[in-house]
Amino acid sequence: MSVKYAYYPGCSLEKTQRGYDESVREVFAALGAELIEIDDWNCCGATVYMSVKETVSLAVSARNLALAEKMNLEILAPCSSCFTVLAKTNRVLNAIPEMHREVNEALAEGGLSYSGRTVVRHPLDVLMNDIGLDAIRAKQKRDLVGLKIAPYYGCQIVRPDKTFDDHENPILMDRLFHALGGETVYFPMKVRCCGGMLMTTFEETALKLNRDLLASATENEADIIVTTCPLCHFNLESYQDRINKRFGTKFTMPILYFTQLLGVALGISAGKLGLDSSFIPLGQRISSLTEATHV
Amino acid sequence: MATATYQLPGVMSKKESELRQIFLEQVKDIPGGEKIKRCIQCGTCTGSCPVSYAMDLSPREVIALFRAGEMEQIMKSRTIWICASCYACTTRCPSGVKITDLIYALKRSAMEGRVKTVAPQVQTLASLFIDTLMKYGRLHEGTLIRKFYTKTDVTKFFRLIPLGRKLWTTKRLALFPKRIKGHASLKRIIRKAQDIEMRNVQEKLEYSPEHVGYKGLADHKLEQRKGE
Repeated sequence: MSVKYAYYPGCSLEKTQRGYDESVREVFAALGAELIEIDDWNCCGATVYMSVKETVSLAVSARNLALAEKMNLEILAPCSSCFTVLAKTNRVLNAIPEMHREVNEALAEGGLSYSGRTVVRHPLDVLMNDIGLDAIRAKQKRDLVGLKIAPYYGCQIVRPDKTFDDHENPILMDRLFHALGGETVYFPMKVRCCGGMLMTTFEETALKLNRDLLASATENEADIIVTTCPLCHFNLESYQDRINKRFGTKFTMPILYFTQLLGVALGISAGKLGLDSSFIPLGQRISSLTEATHV
Repeated sequence: MATATYQLPGVMSKKESELRQIFLEQVKDIPGGEKIKRCIQCGTCTGSCPVSYAMDLSPREVIALFRAGEMEQIMKSRTIWICASCYACTTRCPSGVKITDLIYALKRSAMEGRVKTVAPQVQTLASLFIDTLMKYGRLHEGTLIRKFYTKTDVTKFFRLIPLGRKLWTTKRLALFPKRIKGHASLKRIIRKAQDIEMRNVQEKLEYSPEHVGYKGLADHKLEQRKGE
């Protein structure tokens, strides 16, 4: 079975979150799925909601959907924010014909048009539902046994629409890492918000939200937090020292993308998975895994 | 809180009715937006919100105040700007009220109605974001953050230097923004979408000339465009 997707990395995966981009590409290649990057994609427009009406932000986002439509493929969008914005564009365009017409009028200026039918997928969904656990386990090279994982889903991949997992208690990542031998700890904060852009606009509030997430994972003895979202990753990882300073805590929690940990299990080297880009030492457990000889 | 002029009960001030109309226009663009009428004031939204502790009005109160004809008070609140749009309220609302999208609409309405808000930094960030997008087609975090802190609080930018250094040593920092090939065509798309928005606004202006807020905005936008 050869599967193909129109790959939409999104702006943060280009550089600051290169570990996510690199691990997604590696993991999909290892599992025999082909990712074709959408040529000349633009920003999904996550924060352009300040235009008078929504026409501008929807048109910006729809340009990508139109480009993917020409490729006749489903979009694979790893960034939770991109995923939700692209999906929301579909929802609005399909529900409000007037808006659809207006967005197409704008797209025509760029020689494009969009039907509203490009399907937007998240890698977690594709891995679990298209590729499947059996195919993943068939390629497994390392056992995650003994690794305690806090699976952090964040908000945007499970809300607002009914997507591929539960709103309140998503389980696909838990299932994935169980199947690979790991242990997912009790983590009641798995869909609690990290604050997103509040780190820029209301820093104190965002620091508290992330402190709570790190505290919950630490209390439940997780070795690592595994996430699906660049913004969650950035807040939890890059601001961890500031959280420690602000609240007098001593968190040293490594934050990994779920595709990085999956890549480790598939026997891909740490360098190829972008694990060298982490700010926080990965700790004995992950290091011994990445250095382990294949099972 | 105290209003200087006496207002007949049930009669809205001009500003209030104007803000209300702007907001209701926005609601039309939200699939399911009309369900705001179904709110039963149960407070599930407030209980679900991870940042309601830091709000001055809870999400439940926002809807109550909308019903009471207090749009201006809502738009002057901290609440609409601190919403991180995690959609916890929306998915839990037993009446299907699209609270997060309604809060987005309130942000836009506050901008459109030119309400002096408590969080101008959010608007600064948003307008810099669209500038960057127009110019390059993609977001370059470094450029956006540098411009944002230069405009708001430059000391915060200096506090980010250690972070910048870490990003650099882990090869996660692009010094300069890149431009997409189709930036000119994307710019045309954005311009056209803005024109369509203006057209909608102007149609309304002809329909209800007393709503000077729209006219004011149209003039403002046209001036901006001339300046470019």
